Amino acid sequence: MAEEKESLFSKNNLKLLTGPLSSSNPITVQVLGICSALAVTAKVESAIVMALAVTIVVGVANMAISLLRNTIPNRIRIIVQLLVVATLVIMVDQILKAFSYGVSKQLSVYVGLIITNCIVMGRMEAFGLANKPWPSLLDGLGNGLGYGMILVIIAVVRELFGAGTITLPGIGELQIIPQGLYECGYENNGFFLMPPMALIIVAIIIWIQRSRNKDLIKK
Amino acid sequence: MDLLNLFVKSIFIDNMVFAFFLGMCSFIAVSKNVSTAAGLGLAVTFVLTVTVPIDYMLDKYVLQAGALTWLSDSFANVDLSFLSFIIFIAVIASFVQLVEMIVEKYAPALYSSLGIFLPLIAVNCAILGASLFMQQRGYETLGEATVFGFGSGVGWFLAIVGIAAINEKIKYSHVPDALKGVGITFIVTGLMGVAFMSFMGIKL
Repeated sequence: MAEEKESLFSKNNLKLLTGPLSSSNPITVQVLGICSALAVTAKVESAIVMALAVTIVVGVANMAISLLRNTIPNRIRIIVQLLVVATLVIMVDQILKAFSYGVSKQLSVYVGLIITNCIVMGRMEAFGLANKPWPSLLDGLGNGLGYGMILVIIAVVRELFGAGTITLPGIGELQIIPQGLYECGYENNGFFLMPPMALIIVAIIIWIQRSRNKDLIKK
Repeated sequence: MDLLNLFVKSIFIDNMVFAFFLGMCSFIAVSKNVSTAAGLGLAVTFVLTVTVPIDYMLDKYVLQAGALTWLSDSFANVDLSFLSFIIFIAVIASFVQLVEMIVEKYAPALYSSLGIFLPLIAVNCAILGASLFMQQRGYETLGEATVFGFGSGVGWFLAIVGIAAINEKIKYSHVPDALKGVGITFIVTGLMGVAFMSFMGIKL
């Protein structure tokens, strides 16, 4: 059966990785995983850390479920999936607490909420349960990255207009809006840091994406 | 009075949807007509009211540092709090499964109207979120935890019913094609969030 085997990075497999970045983006198209997407985006740093955590969890969990797919009884599959994800999230949480305590404090309950992040469950239900481990890993990573991309875009907009800074992990706060502008009377728009603004930014991203890509408009 | 204060606070100020974005996924998916939204809201409120106190008891008597001393003094140094995610989600998932089976057996009419939503509740972030907030904010008594769970549920109920009602009306207005559906729901939710922010600082 050697000739039937696909190469590790065949076209189909690569598509699994890149599709979620645009045409099947988990946040703007599949509308999954909104909860955490909006809450952690007041600072770029926490958005990046969250994106990494979710990418790792989705990828590994998708692969694990795909490995177990023939042994899980259908009736209890949701509990099995939750347990797999919960175990991974506990590991991520412990690692975060050990190596970057400040960010872990900022993300507070949202690290735990990766467990119920619909992206994780959605990908396992839709992909992991029906596919081989390697494509599942790629699909998970792709969706995690697509999620992370939107997260970082929202965070950059919010932090730039809300506080005039960009905070990167490992580097710290960078002042982007020059001091001179403030002296001319420019003010930070604190409203961008408020939770409702995140929703409106997502809506605008969806709007832009759908008007550029008409196929995504329903009906 | 404290309990009343906590109740009002968890409905309006710390609203699960508008202040913390919890339970947004089912929120966006189900907010198309008022009656299904109300059904889901009721189910979520019920599950929240029961699971938060259960998780509170587990946290207090099993998970916290030194919580196991009621078994024997030698457990004083045991800290199981890193297990809380997995324990909480297991409680929620099994409770939801239990509720589903009971409702299916004794109230088939309710089951057929709620049926699809019940299993979904297990993965509703609002439920796990409430348990984690309960643990993080360190509510002192079982009463507080229960009131917090119930209040969060009511707040979620209000939010989803409100947005469903608005969505029913939006059908008749001219929304740009690309913004139809999800997009406009987000904007409306954002604006409702702004409205709810005005409750900030209210105390009874």
